[in-house]
Amino acid sequence: MSTTTLPPTKKTAPVSAPKGTTSDRARSERKLAWLLAGPAFLVMLLVTAYPILQATYESLFDYRLTDPDNRSFVGLGNYGVILSDPLWWQSIGITAFITAVTVLVELVLGFALALVMVKALRALRPILRAAILIPYAVITVVSAFAWQFAFDINSGFVNSWFTWLPGVAADTDWFGDRWTSLLVICLAEIWKTTPFISLLLLAGLAQVPEVLQEAAKVDGATRWQRMWRVTIPNMKAAIMVALLFRTLDAFRVFDTIFIMTNGANGTESVSFLAYRQTIARLEIGLGSAVSVLLFLAVVLIAFVFIKGFKVDLAQARGE
Amino acid sequence: MPYAADKDVPRTGAIRTGPPARGASRRGLAGAAALLVTAGTLAACGGDGGAASSLTWYINPDAGGQAEIASRCTEASEGRYTIETAILPRDAASQREQLIRRLAANDASIDLMSLDPPFIPEFAEAGFLAPVPEDVAERVTEDVVESAIEGSTWRDEIVAVPFWANTQVLWYRKSVAEAAGLDMEQPVTWEQIVEAAESQGKLVGAQGARAESLTVWFNALIESAGGSIIVENSENPEDIQLGLDSPEGERATEILQLVAESDAAGSAFSTSTEDSSATGFESENGGFHVNYPFVYPRALGAVEAGTLDASVPEDYAAAVYPRVDEDTEAAPPYGGINLGVGAFSESPELAYEAAECIVEDENQAYYFVSNGNPASATSVYDDEEVLEAFPQAPVIRESLELAAPRPQTPYYNEISVGIQRSYHPPSTADPGSTGEQANELITAVLAKEDLL
Repeated sequence: MSTTTLPPTKKTAPVSAPKGTTSDRARSERKLAWLLAGPAFLVMLLVTAYPILQATYESLFDYRLTDPDNRSFVGLGNYGVILSDPLWWQSIGITAFITAVTVLVELVLGFALALVMVKALRALRPILRAAILIPYAVITVVSAFAWQFAFDINSGFVNSWFTWLPGVAADTDWFGDRWTSLLVICLAEIWKTTPFISLLLLAGLAQVPEVLQEAAKVDGATRWQRMWRVTIPNMKAAIMVALLFRTLDAFRVFDTIFIMTNGANGTESVSFLAYRQTIARLEIGLGSAVSVLLFLAVVLIAFVFIKGFKVDLAQARGE
Repeated sequence: MPYAADKDVPRTGAIRTGPPARGASRRGLAGAAALLVTAGTLAACGGDGGAASSLTWYINPDAGGQAEIASRCTEASEGRYTIETAILPRDAASQREQLIRRLAANDASIDLMSLDPPFIPEFAEAGFLAPVPEDVAERVTEDVVESAIEGSTWRDEIVAVPFWANTQVLWYRKSVAEAAGLDMEQPVTWEQIVEAAESQGKLVGAQGARAESLTVWFNALIESAGGSIIVENSENPEDIQLGLDSPEGERATEILQLVAESDAAGSAFSTSTEDSSATGFESENGGFHVNYPFVYPRALGAVEAGTLDASVPEDYAAAVYPRVDEDTEAAPPYGGINLGVGAFSESPELAYEAAECIVEDENQAYYFVSNGNPASATSVYDDEEVLEAFPQAPVIRESLELAAPRPQTPYYNEISVGIQRSYHPPSTADPGSTGEQANELITAVLAKEDLL
């Protein structure tokens, strides 16, 4: 049995359009588009491009915030220091681990929640949506504290409620070991951002044409077959966009680690490393170089998703 | 009192607007709201530009003592200045981050700041502290414990005003020490208290979390063993010589490991902070515990709140910090808060006048009794009221005289975080190798050849 999707609609140019020239109307539309998008574009340049360029520039210097007089040009020296340091590679590993685990679990959970929202009774739907969205509305630092308190050996309830689980005892020190710390960090991240992914998937689910479902039903397809052969193939774009956004977000994980372990037990992420060099050590040059490398990593992820998995951002918006 | 009313006026600087006319459009309302928010934010950023007599004191969070002292001094100034407090983050490292970033941007709103002593050289070296007038320096160092003067000094000059001087003591439960047969009248060693606690099935509390408190503990151990984290200081960070791989460093690591690996350490030792170890000491397993004096008023407060039995603080007693070697005197941690005046303050003279008021003996005595933060002025320790409220005051004073500061260098943060990274968790610190690794790491970090 093959998957069923609607044939792509071809975007064809109107036959009457003259080749090579733009009509007055097209020109004025283009102008309007620039006028409408222009302010946003300028703001983006100001708040995104400017800091990125400044960080790139400063990453070429040996520059300590408290000692601006001794600022000196070191070229790519800062990058050399970072890339030859095992701590950098360890942080990359930890960040990739957290990203992979959280995004995968969130995708499955988020899909389940989206299905619940779609299938729920009309009367229940608004309440259900609000309830599912609450964690996403909580500030990350607050959620990190809440999870930390829950797992804390002194004030937490987890150790007393879950002693029946293997590996959990009254004196389990969750933040005293790398893997248990990472477990709690991942749990907090998953709890907080699953609603985001489920919202994106809900939009995708709504795009699956009802006619295809009905046709599959008439053909005698089971519920499971309809899910795998009709629903999922038709919302591939939405899934990929959800994955892309969450991966980019997860790769910059900082708040939860900062609150829960402050980087102890080898739980430093790349963002945390940037914070430590720039804010704590006041080494603006070295810290900027870490930030630039983090930026490049994020660009690489976006590139791999868009080119490698052929994610069409326009298609996801239903264009 | 012309300035008293100022305190009730919110410092937003926003113009009070009347209720919008009936039928006003939503957009108009939103616009007004946006204006209000913007005006408030701008005013908050700019501080009170014009009013030179309003001083802002950036304080570390406490039990309300500094705010009370601020209002007392405001009153005593008879209208020359008002002191308003602004609260800094909870931990010392974040307090430093916020202050330093503000000062690097020439923030004129910082008139006074409560500074943790190890960071004072960094602030002084960067030119973030307004010079202390000679007469003020003379007055504020009179009859002050030596460690607090040392903590306020950089390059042989007083750069901050000693306020309160903290030190850690060995808190113990009288019943536990007695049952273990430990004579607390005599100096005790770490080995003795671990053994005594183990024999009674009780806890030995210390700060094993990866935080500044771990450096505090390690520094006290290496100093008690007769060594130092920095053996040869230098202006050039690359020339700083570290003594972590010395025999004294090894001995300090042995004690870290001894405590962390003993049955008396408790299950969350590697995440134990000043606060959580005080909680452990309040529990029925409490035995011995190195910590600051706040432990005692904390327990009294818990009794008052009805969460702790009154018999618990009655069982508390304090002795001088444990020794590393039987025959060598202990070098307890030194901490506390000294007052710095911001280099970009618009009225440094008034700020120093306010600082002198803040550190007056009766304010120090009040702070000691109410918040458990020991005075730096020696005379406070003879105050009847202090002795009554804080029976351990003589031990604290003795400890302050013995206390050793943490390394004094503008690069303190690199050294401290390097130590935390190398010696955490304390149970895995190896006397044979950790010192050498830490030496290598911190030296490389100081030379900017390694990440931290």
